Amino acid sequence: MKSILKKISSYTNRSDRAGYFFIFPAMCILLIFMILPLAASIVFSVLKFDIMWNKVEFAGLENYIKAFRDARFLNALKNTFLYTAAVVPGEIILGLLTALAIYKNGKLHNFFRGVFFMPVVCSMTIIGIIWMFLLNPDIGTISWYLMQMGMKPVAFLKVPELALPTVIVVGIWKDFAFPMVIFMAALNNVPVSYYEAAEIDGAGSVAKFFRITLPSIMPSITFLIVTTLIKSFQVFDQVKVMTDGGPLRRTETVVQYIYIQGFENLNMGYASAVAEILFFIILVFSVVMFRRLQSGEEM
Amino acid sequence: MKKRKKDIVVKIAIYIPLVLLAVTIVYPFLWLICTSFKMESQIVTWPPVLFPRNATLNGYRSIWTRIPFLKYYWNSVVFAGGTTMIALLFDSMAGYAFARLNFKGKNFCFWIVLCTMMIPFQVIMIPLYMEEFKAGLIDTYAGLILPRAADAFGIFMMRQFFISLPKDLEEAGRIDGCHEFRIYYSIIVPLCKPVFATLGIFIFMGNWNELLYPMILTTSEEMKTLQAGIAQFMGKFTVEYGVLLAGACLVILPIMIAYMMAQKYFIQGIAMSGMKG
Repeated sequence: MKSILKKISSYTNRSDRAGYFFIFPAMCILLIFMILPLAASIVFSVLKFDIMWNKVEFAGLENYIKAFRDARFLNALKNTFLYTAAVVPGEIILGLLTALAIYKNGKLHNFFRGVFFMPVVCSMTIIGIIWMFLLNPDIGTISWYLMQMGMKPVAFLKVPELALPTVIVVGIWKDFAFPMVIFMAALNNVPVSYYEAAEIDGAGSVAKFFRITLPSIMPSITFLIVTTLIKSFQVFDQVKVMTDGGPLRRTETVVQYIYIQGFENLNMGYASAVAEILFFIILVFSVVMFRRLQSGEEM
Repeated sequence: MKKRKKDIVVKIAIYIPLVLLAVTIVYPFLWLICTSFKMESQIVTWPPVLFPRNATLNGYRSIWTRIPFLKYYWNSVVFAGGTTMIALLFDSMAGYAFARLNFKGKNFCFWIVLCTMMIPFQVIMIPLYMEEFKAGLIDTYAGLILPRAADAFGIFMMRQFFISLPKDLEEAGRIDGCHEFRIYYSIIVPLCKPVFATLGIFIFMGNWNELLYPMILTTSEEMKTLQAGIAQFMGKFTVEYGVLLAGACLVILPIMIAYMMAQKYFIQGIAMSGMKG
């Protein structure tokens, strides 16, 4: 045993080998469980096969073409786009407003920060369960408040027009503190001297905000838009728990559709194609957003 | 005097929405805790009451027998805890190498790591499932832990941290003829405590809260994690609200406790993930 260790250590003393040794476990994991499946996913998407690998056919782009003719997929795509278009600005603007209100250090402000961040650390599953109850027209607190205000109780999650907006609001409610915390750090990094110089020049609050604050936190805004975009396109947990894609598939999202096709209908090739399409969309949006905002930063 | 009045008005204008917002955050959690102690009849009563009249532990008692809650709990602990410990080790080793060691192909490897950050889970979930199915890893702890035992974000965070350490730290060890791993665990690792705390919480929390990933990789009741188990329970037993909500409370309890105690680390970890950009 000792001689084997000695042999190994005679290798690892050389810096090169040491490097390989240290990255070996992590690289193995990443290669086997991320890169390999990614390659496989692309391969699957051009095949047609069933779970038992009995009839494996090369299908070329058939799965992709099928997707774009698939009304259910297009519906899921629409829902996902709507969700993203609402949640990204919603979370970021609310996060920015609250950050502006509380970023200056102080016990009271730390308290607010602690409170707002609570839903972020909870799982969407539990949050979804809680809100399902609160929004219930028969026993939920929200309905009771509506009645107090003279309105009729509404089945938020069952009315087709309201289901998606409701899910969106819950999504924003849960995660807005994430942008808020990032903004707070960024705002605290803006040198006070900038504001002082502006005051000397007679700038009012509005001017200070648009000329100093906003440009200074641009990198954080870019980061948040891109990450929230990516996260929102992948929405699954809340729609699975709160509405299961209903009513009438009004809240069914792309990821949910991939899950259904792959694990319920067992059309693995098709599901892989849909997943690749999603990947591509996310990639394109992220790159475009990132480029546009970066050029904004350089101004 | 005029400026003072304006200041107060502005302050009120800011604080009122803040307090209202805080109420919308706190209320659902308060409601969850209160309702988990209510009897079934009180939960479905109208008008709804917040505080329970006759508090009962019925929900908390039944949850353990209604569904294999203890098993779910144990699975979540093993999954989240095991992944965190192993990931901290692998991520810090890799991060250290990328930050402080030199070897051929270092940049290429790091570039691969960064690329994996861009891969959304849904793209690989089907092939990952098939991979694990072929390898017999479905419904095993190893199957849950291994794919998450290293992650690009953690490697990146560790690398940034190691870069910030003083340059000559390892020199003393090298002069003494220690081999690299000894240097690593004797000198470097003890300095990692704050990063380990932050990253560790981040990883633990992420894995504890995961729904889709464990849902896919476990099929038997025995191996489901809390999130997957409770999501399933919701569909089946829609009338036993008290039990369901008691279970929900127990699911978020560990995270909430950890959050209350180490709020600073949670928020720091999140903020750090933002500053890297």
